[in-house]
Amino acid sequence: MSDHHHHHDHDHDHHHDNRYSDMEARVKALETVLTEKGLVDPQAIDAIVETYETRVGPRNGARVVAKAWTEPEFADWLKRDATAAIASLGFTGRQGEHMRAVFNTPEQHHLIVCTLCSCYPWAVLGLPPVWYKAPAYRSRAVIDPKGVLEEFGVTLPEGTSIRVWDSTAELRYLVVPMRPEGTDGWSAEALADLVTRDSMIGTGLALSPEAGR
Amino acid sequence: MSACEPLSPLAASPGLPKSAEGDPVFAEPWHATAFALTVHLHGKGLFGWPEWAETLSAELKKPGRAADGSDYFDCWVEALSALIAKKGVADPSVLRDLQKSWQRAAEATPHGFPIRLENDPLRA
Repeated sequence: MSDHHHHHDHDHDHHHDNRYSDMEARVKALETVLTEKGLVDPQAIDAIVETYETRVGPRNGARVVAKAWTEPEFADWLKRDATAAIASLGFTGRQGEHMRAVFNTPEQHHLIVCTLCSCYPWAVLGLPPVWYKAPAYRSRAVIDPKGVLEEFGVTLPEGTSIRVWDSTAELRYLVVPMRPEGTDGWSAEALADLVTRDSMIGTGLALSPEAGR
Repeated sequence: MSACEPLSPLAASPGLPKSAEGDPVFAEPWHATAFALTVHLHGKGLFGWPEWAETLSAELKKPGRAADGSDYFDCWVEALSALIAKKGVADPSVLRDLQKSWQRAAEATPHGFPIRLENDPLRA
């Protein structure tokens, strides 16, 4: 089951989801010209980015998730008004975008898609994975979310439905994964280490205590 | 990437923001792409380390920098652009035109579709 959230019903002609800043566009220009001249292979660039992506970026989202796991009041606030709850920790995006937190439950798993890095809340999640921007990921996630999750090594129990959310320039999503079993009494700080970037996109689950060690 | 894997010498670039573990820190995806392009070109021998460090330092020392250093990668990209012009790979005007083209392409691309250079309406 997938639920597709576009914002086609309002304001469609008055804003552009896609915009490159001068520097973003310059980097695209450099990539284009260097590729045309045969000096750069885009796949090699992706591979270099990939070696850094999981280790860098602020990953503030992990702290947001861990706080929600340990403080029910914060979790409620995050559910009601994620933008304010996240901002209360001092994490705001460059454009002050709106955030919505979607909570995984045994019945429902959430998955976020978007082909554009401009729709991705780096301040919260860190750098987007290279595959996240691939057109194939987006279209397949919408058509066959279960298959995509299986490729990421995530098999959900029978009866867990999958809901797919489409980030836009105005509204970005954060998945709050389920707290792993066997972590009773853990501090928020220790728990944050179990929250992977992929678990906050929905292509992974939070790590188990053994894996996180 | 494991800790024992050697970083590119470019990780020692002047002023590069680093994490507590000594890894480069990128605040936005294009920072990582710019870094990766430079690592790749350096690895291919288009320029050497001293030349890169010197070009980057010159950009970093230009007046009008952001007080909080948030324009570090702007300087990085300017340095890379300057080196590419110096090596005769692409003129600044070529880069400028392509930059504008990418911006038009982005604006012309509806949400949910990949941004391609061909989407620039002014590109014949």
